[in-house]
Amino acid sequence: MNLALSLFLGGIFLTLGSSLAHGAPAKQQSSYELMSAENKAMQDDPLLNPAMFWVGDGESLWQQQLGPKNKSCSSCHGDGKKSMRGVATQFPKVIKGKLQTLEGQINQCRVGAQGTSPLAYESKDLLALTAFVAFQSKGMPISISETPANSPFLKKGRQTFNERMGQLNLSCAQCHEDRAGLKLGGSLIPQGHPNAYPIYRLEWQTLGSVQRRLRNCMSGVRAQQFEYGSPEMAQLELFLMWRARGLPLESPGVRP
Amino acid sequence: MSKTSRTSITMPATAKKDSIIEIRAIAQHDMESGFRYTEGGKQIPRDIIRTFTCTYNNVEVFKADFYSGIGANPLIIFTTTAVESGTLEFKWVGDGGYEAVNQARITVS
Repeated sequence: MNLALSLFLGGIFLTLGSSLAHGAPAKQQSSYELMSAENKAMQDDPLLNPAMFWVGDGESLWQQQLGPKNKSCSSCHGDGKKSMRGVATQFPKVIKGKLQTLEGQINQCRVGAQGTSPLAYESKDLLALTAFVAFQSKGMPISISETPANSPFLKKGRQTFNERMGQLNLSCAQCHEDRAGLKLGGSLIPQGHPNAYPIYRLEWQTLGSVQRRLRNCMSGVRAQQFEYGSPEMAQLELFLMWRARGLPLESPGVRP
Repeated sequence: MSKTSRTSITMPATAKKDSIIEIRAIAQHDMESGFRYTEGGKQIPRDIIRTFTCTYNNVEVFKADFYSGIGANPLIIFTTTAVESGTLEFKWVGDGGYEAVNQARITVS
């Protein structure tokens, strides 16, 4: 009897343990599901979604010739609507030993291939290009898997996710894993999947990147915010995308 | 804010005579209220859309004044009566010489 009981309990702990270790909630839920009908309609109708203005701007920027060689994005990548299909589902990605986010890779192309200056994080142009690229993967599942190349970065990202930080001494996991679905103040705590970025956040009155959103939470727990474009940000982003693997991308999303 | 920006209109392309049609007009605009300050303490000047007008075959059918309290990328939903086939013209005018124009055609039967 005792043996059976302890085996049974052991089984429970193993299951709990493994679900925590994998960092993927039993049933993934996009925070889209938590929104009002009006906000859902705003995201779903391209003629109402304000983020589509940025997608349009990004499409124009795709053709803009820059730098000493007069190169545009399309000079190398051709028609972005075809060549960028599914690309956003694979980022952050290890390229030549460096973990690159989508924004980071766009800037890498600007500096490396086009020979011009990188765009500032949260600038209109960088958000527009990111939105244009991400939009080409709308509806496609996030397809990050653990590989020998990204495994060290993933490990660091997971560590950050589970690490307590700030004056409130909270980790990402304490809210978005352990207490997802419960309430913080008046609002539901989402699972924290980055499956709609860049998002048009009504509170921001503009489009914003996942890094801006992460900095929001860090300031909320009164921690020192990671810098835009820092390796720590990329690692955390990678872990979050891996944790959300399989969820369809909604980019560009609308959030309250 | 630039001198002009993207706009988008949603309305039916065809309608029965004297029926009521719904029109949605959205414009890309920061709607900087003029009440905000930079980190350095400098006031950010007001930069908003001031008026929106809709004309139906050159007859004004809808007009709205905008103020600082209206959020970015304002969306206006209004209705009008489909009286005849023709063109609806939409115009947004704002601070700093901002002007955006859009058009939509309707066939009334």
